[in-house]
Amino acid sequence: MTPLIQIRQLVRTYRSGGGVEVHALRGVDLDIHKGEFVSIMGPSGSGKSTLMNTLGCLDRPTSGSYVLDGRETAHLSRDQRAWVRNRSLGFVFQGFNLLARTSALENVELPLIYRGEKNARVRRERALEVLGKVGLGKRYHHVPSQMSGGEQQRVAIARALVTRPPLILADEPTGNLDSKTSDEVMELFRLLNHDEGITILLVTHEPDVAAKTQRVVLVKDGSIVGDGPPAEVFATSALGVITSS
Amino acid sequence: MTWLLTFRVALLALMRNKLRTLLTMLGIIIGVAAVISMLSIANGAAANIQKNIAAMGTNTVQIYGGNRPSKGLKGGRGSWLQMKADDWHAVAALPTVAEACPIVSGQVTAVYGSANWNTQFQGTTPNFIVIRNWNLARGRFFTEDETRSGAHVVVLGQEVANKLFGASDPLGKTIRVSNFPMLVVGLMEEKGENGWGGSRDDVLFLPYITAQRKLRGGNGINQISASARRADQVAALEEQIISLLKERYHIPADAEDAFHAYNQAEAAKQAEESTQVFSVLLGGIASVSLLVGGIGIMNIMLVSVTERIREIGIRMALGARGFDILAQFLVEAITLCLLGGALGVALGIGISYAVATWVGWPALVSTSSIWIAFGFSALIGIFFGFYPALQASRLDPIQALRHE
Repeated sequence: MTPLIQIRQLVRTYRSGGGVEVHALRGVDLDIHKGEFVSIMGPSGSGKSTLMNTLGCLDRPTSGSYVLDGRETAHLSRDQRAWVRNRSLGFVFQGFNLLARTSALENVELPLIYRGEKNARVRRERALEVLGKVGLGKRYHHVPSQMSGGEQQRVAIARALVTRPPLILADEPTGNLDSKTSDEVMELFRLLNHDEGITILLVTHEPDVAAKTQRVVLVKDGSIVGDGPPAEVFATSALGVITSS
Repeated sequence: MTWLLTFRVALLALMRNKLRTLLTMLGIIIGVAAVISMLSIANGAAANIQKNIAAMGTNTVQIYGGNRPSKGLKGGRGSWLQMKADDWHAVAALPTVAEACPIVSGQVTAVYGSANWNTQFQGTTPNFIVIRNWNLARGRFFTEDETRSGAHVVVLGQEVANKLFGASDPLGKTIRVSNFPMLVVGLMEEKGENGWGGSRDDVLFLPYITAQRKLRGGNGINQISASARRADQVAALEEQIISLLKERYHIPADAEDAFHAYNQAEAAKQAEESTQVFSVLLGGIASVSLLVGGIGIMNIMLVSVTERIREIGIRMALGARGFDILAQFLVEAITLCLLGGALGVALGIGISYAVATWVGWPALVSTSSIWIAFGFSALIGIFFGFYPALQASRLDPIQALRHE
């Protein structure tokens, strides 16, 4: 079976402000299959953000290959990448990134608008359906400032789900949440992965969050230094790699 | 993304910040309102001036005795020479002249009972009302016989009648004009203001011979009023009359100040030219304010793009293409301008009518000025909205998402 994500020899180099070449990714190979629940860990500056941006088609690799859902994305133009983001990906961010002064419903409808869904009734029904799935069916008319952090993150998850993408990318999704809310959000991800078969890839630096996933990918200095079930990775890797962030 | 959806997205974004939207539109609102009301005021003023000129008869020529320079000083009208009734007869005999009348004028005090009023008298002939296109409200004008015999009859202007008689009927009453008893036989129609702040109704008419004998003394006349047979002969008639009079008085043809002539057609043309300059000037000033309003829109849109970098990043992450972002901000700018334009049109019409009511001119809001202002504001939206929108569409999604 072809993996959902297939990365080969991925390199990303850019120039920093001082003209120094920064090697953010030094030839990464990674396969992620449909239905996996994966966390990426690594200290600051390890290249995990660059990896995440590349996986999210927000950034372009300097060289190498990135096949997402059977499609080579490394050479796509800006607008083609926007199309891939809309069709194949759902984003969940640390800072929620909801539009302010915009109701939960309108926030969730947004990806459908950029997809070109003209039928307002279809947009509304789809948005209400996913809001119900994340447990906010009755609060669809609230704006972000009227919601708790956990509720806002659930709106963001609903927004990621609304286009029914095969992959959800979550960048530190629990970073701004207390431990109880964090557990609730992780439980929601687990259910989506288990019940709906959605592939979930999240970046975190909290070992107990990573421990709730099925597989941990450890990144350091632009390379993958560990890959496997959480218990195994935590046991073999120097824990310093993880906690030094 | 379809245009309808783009419009919806832009409208929602504008609704989210109503105060900023209103403040941004203010420049366009004021600009459009200024263009429309300025043009309307200029048009109204022009119409008013033309109405005033037409009220004096459109194809008439007024001839006054000229100003004689004396020791470096310019004398008053008629100081060069005093025209006589013979001159009037000679003018009336010109083939292009339809009608001509003499006017003997001056200031006089009219008294009725305890009321008295200082006014202007005009001694003339019955054809005056034909030349000046001025009808009687009631009664009659004096007759040829009364003119020849120097009868003591007067016809009152509305203002004089009001001052002396108030609400009661002046017809058949005898008033004292400079202490001579005179019978009121008629009442002129109201003519209104003369455009220089005075009233055209503050006047009384009597036979010119009566005026010469009783009020002025001597046999001079101040003015000859003549009407041309056709409107296009007015300018030629003016020259003919002046050369005729110069001949009669043996004045060299190049003596410019010997007679003073004034014709309505020329006055109307001059007034039209000056009001055109006036409306171009006002329209120009108003257009500048519209331009400033447009720059204001660009300014706010640039601020708005900077302020919403994160929002743009979110939209891009969710699948917005560069063009979608460009279209959103462009449509926002155009919507601002069109909405501001519509409000400006309403405000401009309101101002036009308010000013018109206040100064007593007609409010002439032309539909073309509305379309021009409206179309101009849409162009401003596109022109000044494009640059900020382009800036927004070129943002890097990663940088934009990281923006605080």
